[in-house]
This record gives sequence, C-alpha cells and structure tokens, in this order.
Amino acid sequence: MIEAPPSPKTSAKLPLLSDDSSPMIAVRSLQKKIGQQEILRGVDLQIGSGETLAIIGRSGGGKSVLLKHMVGLMEPDSGEICIQGQNIIGMNERQLGAIRKKVGILFQGGALFDSMTVEDNIAFPLREAGERDRKLLRSKVSEMLEVMEMEGQEDKMPESLSGGMKKRVGLARAIIRRPLCVLYDEPTAGLDPVVADSINRLIRRLQQRFGMTSVVVTHDMKSAFDVADRIAYLHEGRIYFNGTANQLQQSNDPLIQDFLLGRSNGGGY
Amino acid sequence: MVRFFSALGAPLLAFTQYLGELVLLAADTFRSIFTHRLRWKLFLNQVVEVGLLSQLVVIITGAFTGAVFSAQTFFQFNKLGMGSAVGAVVSVSLCRELAPVLTALMVAGRVGAAMSAEIGTMKVTEQIDALRALAVYPVDYLVVPRVLAMMVSMPLLVAECIAVGIAAGYLVAIFMLDINGTYYMANMVRWTRSRDIIMGLSKAFCFGILIVFISCQKGLATREGAVGVGRATTEAVVNASLAVLICNFFLTMMFNIIYPAGYQ
Repeated sequence: MIEAPPSPKTSAKLPLLSDDSSPMIAVRSLQKKIGQQEILRGVDLQIGSGETLAIIGRSGGGKSVLLKHMVGLMEPDSGEICIQGQNIIGMNERQLGAIRKKVGILFQGGALFDSMTVEDNIAFPLREAGERDRKLLRSKVSEMLEVMEMEGQEDKMPESLSGGMKKRVGLARAIIRRPLCVLYDEPTAGLDPVVADSINRLIRRLQQRFGMTSVVVTHDMKSAFDVADRIAYLHEGRIYFNGTANQLQQSNDPLIQDFLLGRSNGGGY
Repeated sequence: MVRFFSALGAPLLAFTQYLGELVLLAADTFRSIFTHRLRWKLFLNQVVEVGLLSQLVVIITGAFTGAVFSAQTFFQFNKLGMGSAVGAVVSVSLCRELAPVLTALMVAGRVGAAMSAEIGTMKVTEQIDALRALAVYPVDYLVVPRVLAMMVSMPLLVAECIAVGIAAGYLVAIFMLDINGTYYMANMVRWTRSRDIIMGLSKAFCFGILIVFISCQKGLATREGAVGVGRATTEAVVNASLAVLICNFFLTMMFNIIYPAGYQ
C-alpha cells in the first residue's frame, strides 16, 4: 500500500484519531468474493472520528462493495469491521439495527422510496423511531430541506426530481437522525460539474456543521480533493495508497499517475 | 445414467432451497408478528389494496362462475328429473371448491403480481437496502402488513364470491332455466351445511397465506433489474397458482377426514 514516498508494500498511515484513540470505523483484512471473482483481497483501513476519507479506485474495483460492508449490507468471507470498537461481522439484521442508527448511507441513485413524497422520505427515519408529532416532523424536514437548499419541495414525488435533487433528499434522509458517520456512494455520479460541486460543498457543510465522520466512495477526483482529509486508493482488492490529497498528487507511482490523469494504457501495466 | 441424475439433481436442489427460503420467510414473519410492533397504517393500506380493490374481480368471478355452473348442472341433472337439486349442487360446490379456488387464482394474478413487482422493484432500486440501512427490518415493514391483510381479506373475498355466485346461480335458474324458485331455495338451504362454509373459508385462509409468502419471497429475491422483476412477477403468479391447486387437493382430502362424506 502506498504511503509517501510511493511503495506498494508500505504499511498504512495512521488515521486521524479521536481523543480516546479508537477509530470510528476499522476494517481489518476484509475479503469478499462475488461468484468466482475476488472483489476484496484483504482490505485494511481505519477512519478516525470526525475525519473525511475518500476511497477512490477504478470502476468495478470494489469501492461500493467495501462501503456496503461498513454498514452491514454485505457480509465478507473473512475479516473484521468494527464500528466504534464493536465488530459487526456475524451480527444478524436486528442486532445491526443499533449500529445502523450511528451510520447513515447515501446510495448512488438516492434509493428514495418512490411511493412517498420528499417530506415522507425525509421524515421516514423519525417516524420509524416513533416520532408522531406532525409539527415537529414537518419542522425537522423543513430544516433538512433548508440545509439541502431544497426549500418548498416537500410534496414532490421522487419521479419528478432531478438526479441531484434525489441525492440531496437521500442525504437528508440519511442524516436527519444525526448519525455519527455518513457513507457516500458515488455522490456526484451522473451529475453535471456545477451540481456535482454543489454536492461537494454540501458534504463539506455537513462536516463543518455537524462534525460527522464521512467516507466518500468516488472516482471523481475533483470531488475527492474537495471534500477529503485523506484519500485511500483501492486497487485490485487492496488499499494501494492511503494518505493526504497532496501526497497523492505528488506521488510518482505510475499506477496512481495513470488514475489521476485518466490514462488507460500507462506505465503501471 | 449419471448425467440423468445430475440433471435431475440440480433442479431438485434448487426447489428444495426455494421451499426452505419460503419456510424461513414464513417463520421470520410470524416471529415478527408476535414480537415486534405492527405497522397498522401499512396493514390498513394493504387491506384496501388486497381486499377493497379486488371487489370487482371477485364479484365478476363469483357471478359468472355461479351462473355457468348453475346452467351446466341443470343441463345434466334435468335429464334425470333432478332439476330442482341445482341449487344445492351450486351452493355446496361454490362453498367447498369453486369460490375459494377461483378467488385465489384471481387474487394470485392481481395481488400476487402486484406484491412481487412492487417488492422486486424496491429490491433492484436499492430501496430494500435503504430500509435496512435505516434500521428497518424489511420483513417487518413489507411482509408482515401484507400477510395480515391477506389473512383478513381472503376469507372475506371468498365469502363474497360465494354469496354472489349463489345469487347469480339463482337468477339464472329462475329466469333462464325455469326452475321452481321455492324448490331451488329449499334444497339449497337443506343441503348446504356450516361445514361447507368452514371448508371454503379455511381454504381461503390457507390460499391467502400461500399467495402472499410466494409473492413476497419472489420480490425479495429479485435480481438483474427490470428483466428480473418481470421474471419474479411471472414466477410468483405461476407458483402461487400451482400451489393453490395442489394445496386444494390435499385440503379437500384432509377435510374429508374431518367431515367424512355422508356425515349429517
């Protein structure tokens, strides 16, 4: 794995840790096969409390698979994932409920419930938590829509929203219960540069306003440089580089250079 | 020979796995009903979807089944001079077989398809993953309300089908077949027993359970996008329909043990 200077076999750089020195999320030797294909071949990663980590890599490289493991939506073949020191591997769906309340996830397409309005989508986690006060629900939804710069869109249905708006609503739904950590699965995929930039600014605003730990899976390098404190490069199922954006940009590793410059037949192969 | 058994083995294993998944889903659902909170609003929505919106289909099914069965029975019985027995035959047949089976087949096609399509679409668009990520167990949210709604609605729908079928059969008998209405009704009341209605409603309950679990399981297991949703929907309807027909035979034989033929 690359640190700085570039070396495929360098051990992982220590992440920013909270005062109590326990990472928010710790991934150890994670392995996952889908069918006959090895997707993750021993991923080691730690994400400290309050930091923003971008996971970059080639399309089909296993970034989204890694992200889904962090919230227990997939189970690995071997390895460990600890959320605030608690290993979630082996937990059943009901046990994972308590963990999932600490970790929100924004899916690539938003994954909005298409039979519900924007308001009902955003209020869903609160209703499920037992909140019945309609005024309170409405005010919290309005607050979220204000943060997302989508005031007045409460009554719209998901089918009438643009891609960027769907992601904003999905994000509002993911954070309305103020989770400790938010996972973003390709938050700028399919968006034009202006809308993508607004999503990046939104991610930054959430970090600053709520102090949330964030893990952003992306192959959009501008997005990664805009939002991340640290960047991890997932290559062939392992973390190939783990360091700051500056270190990534200054790396002479051919593989990294090919990825940053968007070269398909480079010196790394 | 080995190749033959290998070819037979794979589908047999797949079928066994499928049955296992159905049983596990059923166990999970009933455990959830008794141990976790029920979402009453979702349940009532499903009662409307399953029960209220199936009215037209059930009424038409019952009416024309009763009407044609009345006619066909008369055509044969009249040769034996037993035209006045049509009412009893139509009524008992509707209660025991025709109403539960035909209603179940119509509900499988209408409601079963809708359930598997809706849940399947949610699966392929990551909405089920979103539920799980929001700490909502999909069985609690999607399956339990549908199961409860089906358990309540199916017996009522079958009862409605029986009533409409008997009424239609009566009208056809009186106005088109010139059967004496008094004898028709007297024989019908004399030969239709509570056990016939119990059998019909019990079958309705069982068929409803089969339809809802088969449809929900297909939806939850959907993969491969729109093609997968289409496939899941078709398989849900076909499997549910076949299950109803097969289960009907075994239920009939079982009820014949509980209420032997000739029991007064």
